[in-house]
Amino acid sequence: MPGVLVLAAVGVASLAGHSQAAPPVPPVKQYQSSKRAQAEEAGEKLFQQNCARCHASPEGFPQRISGTVVRHMRVRANLSAHDEQELLRYLNP
Amino acid sequence: MAALAVILAGPHSVPAQDTPREQDTPLLSGGVGFLTSTAKGNTTYLPLIEPLAAVPIGQYFLIESRAAVLETVAPDGKGGYDHTHFAGLTYLEGDYLATRHLTVVGGSFLLPFGTYNERLSPVWIGNFQDGPLIASLGLLSSGTGLGGQLRGSAIQTTKYSFDYAAWFSARSGNSQFNAQRSFGGRGSLYLPEQRLEVGASYDRSLQGTQENFYGIHVWWEPKDEGFRLRSEYARGHHAQGYWIEADYRTSAFGGLDSWVGRFEPLFRMQQTFRRDTIVSDGLPLVNTQRADFGLDYNLPHNTRILTSYSRQFASTGDENIWETGIVYRFLFPAWKGKGL
Repeated sequence: MPGVLVLAAVGVASLAGHSQAAPPVPPVKQYQSSKRAQAEEAGEKLFQQNCARCHASPEGFPQRISGTVVRHMRVRANLSAHDEQELLRYLNP
Repeated sequence: MAALAVILAGPHSVPAQDTPREQDTPLLSGGVGFLTSTAKGNTTYLPLIEPLAAVPIGQYFLIESRAAVLETVAPDGKGGYDHTHFAGLTYLEGDYLATRHLTVVGGSFLLPFGTYNERLSPVWIGNFQDGPLIASLGLLSSGTGLGGQLRGSAIQTTKYSFDYAAWFSARSGNSQFNAQRSFGGRGSLYLPEQRLEVGASYDRSLQGTQENFYGIHVWWEPKDEGFRLRSEYARGHHAQGYWIEADYRTSAFGGLDSWVGRFEPLFRMQQTFRRDTIVSDGLPLVNTQRADFGLDYNLPHNTRILTSYSRQFASTGDENIWETGIVYRFLFPAWKGKGL
């Protein structure tokens, strides 16, 4: 009888544990999330290595001018087309 | 299978130039400030605005321009104040992104000599409200050229990059696009991991006395240290000089956005040396040494308070210069739109 109780307790605990765990993330979303994080990291690195050398990041500007901001920086800081795309992804997470 | 196809394709399925057009809305940016400078008991007041407009056209063109509107209110020597007004374009250029290594610039452009003119002269960027004593060396009076420029990153790897700029300017007496007939260029090597840049500049005026100007710059901004060291040396036919500027922001007390982290102590040392008594370059008439001690405060919402004390030594007399100012940087779309 005590063994049955223990098994029951373990089963309840196991069920409770399952009910609290987050639903599994589909592999595609995991991949996309990981790629997004990598892109943001690369973009931030580019920002620090180029733009932030002269000025701080402007606070809160609308996303719809982010392409223009980055193109201006491409000319001013002699960025490559690849850097421009990375920065654009960083400013549009 | 469909999921696997998405994973394999990923973001690479998006062409590099497939930029969403909504992000290319023209913008208005710039700085507006109120500055004061006190020397020998006289205080000068300088309200100013420096607007910048950038208009992308298609995927490869950009039109950009900066202007300055300022009022100088200074003592008139009779117990009152006098004021002068200035309004004009700083530059107006068209940029064509020809290849990943080449941008073609045409119009009235900032001369790429040294680093101050292109990078630090905007009022919302400079740590000190006044430029270095040698700022005019190599800038050929107006600081702008009227003609064409080729620039870009010739070589770029994860370890280093080499940037270049080469330009030619025609002579122009137009009040908005004043320029000397001249040519020049700049090259700089940048080590991104070390955050170290070393560069050299050269230009030559092709009118009048046809002078040569040479410049060297070194910038070192160690990663994650909050410390920046910038310096320039420039030499003209009649004078030469240098400046070294250091600034620091600490993140040790709650990060850069804490009330302590927003303080930015500054120091700049500069010297100028006359090679002869012909004054045509804007530098002081005699050898001059100057030490600038500053303390800026970076407020939220793109606002900075600039303060500094300078001690200047020269055979014509030493002087103290006290400067204060507040500068706000703005950045917004040129017109109201929808989405994003």
